[in-house]
Amino acid sequence: MSDVSRSAAMAAPATINVTLEVNGRSCTLTIAPWTTLLDALRDRLGLTGTKKGCDQGQCGACTVLVDGRRINSCLTLAVMKDGAKVTTIEGLETDGTLHPLQQAFIDHDAFQCGYCTPGQICSAAGLIAEGKAKTPDQIRELMSGNICRCGAYPNILAAIQQAMTAMGGKS
Amino acid sequence: MSTDVNRRDPLATTVAFGSIETANAQAAVQATAQQQASKSMSSYIGTPTSRVDGRAKVTGQAKYAGELNVAGLVYGSAVGATVAKGRIVRINADDALKVPGVLDVLTHQNRPRMADNDQAYRDDAAPESGAPYRPLYDDRILFNGQPVALVLAEDWETARYAAMLVRVEYKAEDHVTDLHAARGSAFVVEKPEKPRGDAAKAFAAAAVRHEAEYFIPIEHHNPMELFASTVVWSDDGKLTVYDKTQGVQNVQRYLCGVFGLKSDDVTVMSPFMGGGFGSGLRPQYQVVLAVLGAMSLKRPVRLVLNRAQMYGVGYRPATIERLALGARANGELEAITHEAIAVTSQYEDFSRNDTGWSGILYKSPNARYTHKLARLDLPTSGDMRAPGAATGVYALEAAMDELAVALKLDPVELRLRCYSDRDQNEDLPFTSKSLRECYRQGAEAFGWSKRNPEPRSMRDGKELVGWGMATGVWEALQMPASARIVLTANGHTEVATAASDIGTGTYTIMAQVAADRMGVPIDNVTVRLGDSTLPACPIEGGSWIAASVSHAIIGAADEVRGELLRIAKTMPDTPFADALAGDVVLTNGKLARAGDVARSVPIADVMRHGKVEHIERIKDNTFADISKYARNTHSAVFVEVKIDEEIGIIRVTRAVSAVAAGRILNPKTAGNQVVGSVVGGIGMALHEETLIDHAFGRIMNANIAEYHVPVHADIHDIKVIFVDEPDSIINPLGMKGVGEIGIVGVAAAVANAIYHATGKRVRDLPITLDKLQRQL
Ligand code: FES
Ligand code: FES
Repeated sequence: MSDVSRSAAMAAPATINVTLEVNGRSCTLTIAPWTTLLDALRDRLGLTGTKKGCDQGQCGACTVLVDGRRINSCLTLAVMKDGAKVTTIEGLETDGTLHPLQQAFIDHDAFQCGYCTPGQICSAAGLIAEGKAKTPDQIRELMSGNICRCGAYPNILAAIQQAMTAMGGKS
Repeated sequence: MSTDVNRRDPLATTVAFGSIETANAQAAVQATAQQQASKSMSSYIGTPTSRVDGRAKVTGQAKYAGELNVAGLVYGSAVGATVAKGRIVRINADDALKVPGVLDVLTHQNRPRMADNDQAYRDDAAPESGAPYRPLYDDRILFNGQPVALVLAEDWETARYAAMLVRVEYKAEDHVTDLHAARGSAFVVEKPEKPRGDAAKAFAAAAVRHEAEYFIPIEHHNPMELFASTVVWSDDGKLTVYDKTQGVQNVQRYLCGVFGLKSDDVTVMSPFMGGGFGSGLRPQYQVVLAVLGAMSLKRPVRLVLNRAQMYGVGYRPATIERLALGARANGELEAITHEAIAVTSQYEDFSRNDTGWSGILYKSPNARYTHKLARLDLPTSGDMRAPGAATGVYALEAAMDELAVALKLDPVELRLRCYSDRDQNEDLPFTSKSLRECYRQGAEAFGWSKRNPEPRSMRDGKELVGWGMATGVWEALQMPASARIVLTANGHTEVATAASDIGTGTYTIMAQVAADRMGVPIDNVTVRLGDSTLPACPIEGGSWIAASVSHAIIGAADEVRGELLRIAKTMPDTPFADALAGDVVLTNGKLARAGDVARSVPIADVMRHGKVEHIERIKDNTFADISKYARNTHSAVFVEVKIDEEIGIIRVTRAVSAVAAGRILNPKTAGNQVVGSVVGGIGMALHEETLIDHAFGRIMNANIAEYHVPVHADIHDIKVIFVDEPDSIINPLGMKGVGEIGIVGVAAAVANAIYHATGKRVRDLPITLDKLQRQL
């Protein structure tokens, strides 16, 4: 911090254009390169379903799917994903029908405050697509980047198992 | 379709989501989002019911405090002090102010006016004695990380960057942040629990004695949502504040006091809260800073703390607990001494009941309790889930386990031999106490009878297996609260109170109670909460909201029903000519004779006859005087641990929590509360610890990677049992709250299981593998 504070003040870096396909819709943003994908979604696109719990890759609340893979959007600058397809929690419903994971989370009461929930659901969608988790312990291990401080873990596990069955192992 | 959203222009924001209208709409969660089968008979209370706000939460539509993208929004970033104690000598914000997009830097020197008396800063959850901290008030530094400046900018990235450019010079003073170093100067705080007999003498004479000191470090709540406030300033000077809080009216009154505003000028909203666990009981500093920013710029301002700054608010106080238990050879207790030394700040005295819980649980003719506080240069400690009990009962129940070992008695059997049917502190009977059933059903579900009492006797392959248990106890409180019901002629019911739903399920139980009493399907109920303009409701804490709010709703519903009856009596051929209020019920959208529901009139017909579009009633809850009874919830927790002795890794592989908490309104959400509490207790036992570098008086692990909390991989089978506990005394529904009971005793059960597995007793939480290895 002190190194920065001793340097002369500098202007915000010049803005550049970034095009993202967010939930099936193409969006062009004119943003400074220091903007994270998380802040671009929340503050520029108004997609606040993706949550900020730490802003430093420690909690998983910001998990979204980029080209089908789950990532921490707080650790990703939006400019790095120019041209990518981003799916957020707002993009999982189809025609008013909940994604099997969303439905399973309600059925199993897999949340309390709901703040980790979008990240858990997006992460679980990525997990199912990866196809690596077969047993409860494997699911637990591979979901461990998503903290739920309310402690709804057993219900989240049950919800993921229900959705896995409903989806036949496919994402 | 392509949309261009350019760098924010404050005057022409074109953001699609998050308007204030959207947020208000979110406050009224439509029960219609429900998937559950429609029911119309009085059957929601006690039935597992999915959350009525579930759909909003799983689709990302639920809006939290820092998520309102209003036009012209200014972003704040707080700068924290880097010394633990002293004075600010100079603040140089020149470099920060030069950054394009920075609007201002507020400090104690240039902020808008704030109140200059302690009373104005006192909130509903403030300790009774002391002078509350005043954010950005003057040059005094009371704790490391205390905000000293607020940078305001057109966007978040610029605000965050410019905050790094604010230079602050301090005149530091000597500080103390180590409880162990300060214990000698701790002072006694008076507690209501009185001593009985002569504990010291009885202890000295006891056949079997156990005496030890236990320690619980500072723990931080770390809710997933960061503390955040969005303050919308309107031209007439009125403020609408979207705040992360467990009490909108508490924050509303606080802001009126701090800023000398009229009650009508401030509205506080919190339709959703991303976890509290007690951290949001008191107004936090971000709300004051955000209001200062909005007042100074006359624009809407949002301030979100970062994760490190979340460690500059309240915390569970580190506590040293000393227990001395003396017993007869048969296990009956003769003497209990329980002393606690806990952390508070230099400026307020925060303490809860750590030491008196044995008086609720165990018979002992002699008891002595002492609670001391040590002043440290830290923020004031505060309430964290089951404050006092989570720490005090950890020590008590670990000590009881050690006593059981000394007596060669089964730990459950020891507790049964000491079981008290009266609260000995007050010498009162309980409204209900089904703790025996908790022991019985919990032990049975766990398979306790198969336990070999010998430490190190049970194994699973390479791992040592340990089984431990403990008792939990908490209060069953109910507070004054008010609720409003609006019935529309089409049968739609809106129920409202200024509560918060911090994840506890308040939306859902309000819908359940209203649906039952109004005789409508839950889909026809809309719940409103988290808005300071709604009928009065206390802060969401102490596990009192469910009972308090439910009975206010019942009162309001009964008044609406009374009004319907009054109108119905005037209808031609009315079946209610001689009916009194208690003779009728609402069921299936009809007003009907109780016990003869065929004699009924549709609500719509009654309202049409009375020419009313809607009936609205507000009612305060009322409870019979139960001051001659003790009111508590109880639990028995059974835990299995498996320990790899070579590397010391400890896993909690199974837990059973048997809870007695009266009638359970919603077993689905209540069960989730207890599961989450057990997870919190496992965190206490094995993971959680805020570490301070005492040389600097600064927290070293102020993040959520180095402050360990349980993650998915740490949590295995958790079974919750609600034992039947009829209670006709406590309140008409016979219910008690369940938000906190689930954590009490868990840490002790884990510690006791670790002893059983290894033969090693670690009394300092968390029980990390290094502490165990030292003993192994
Ligand atoms: S906000 Fe990205 S991991 Fe926490
Ligand atoms: S539901 Fe609150 S953090 Fe997971």
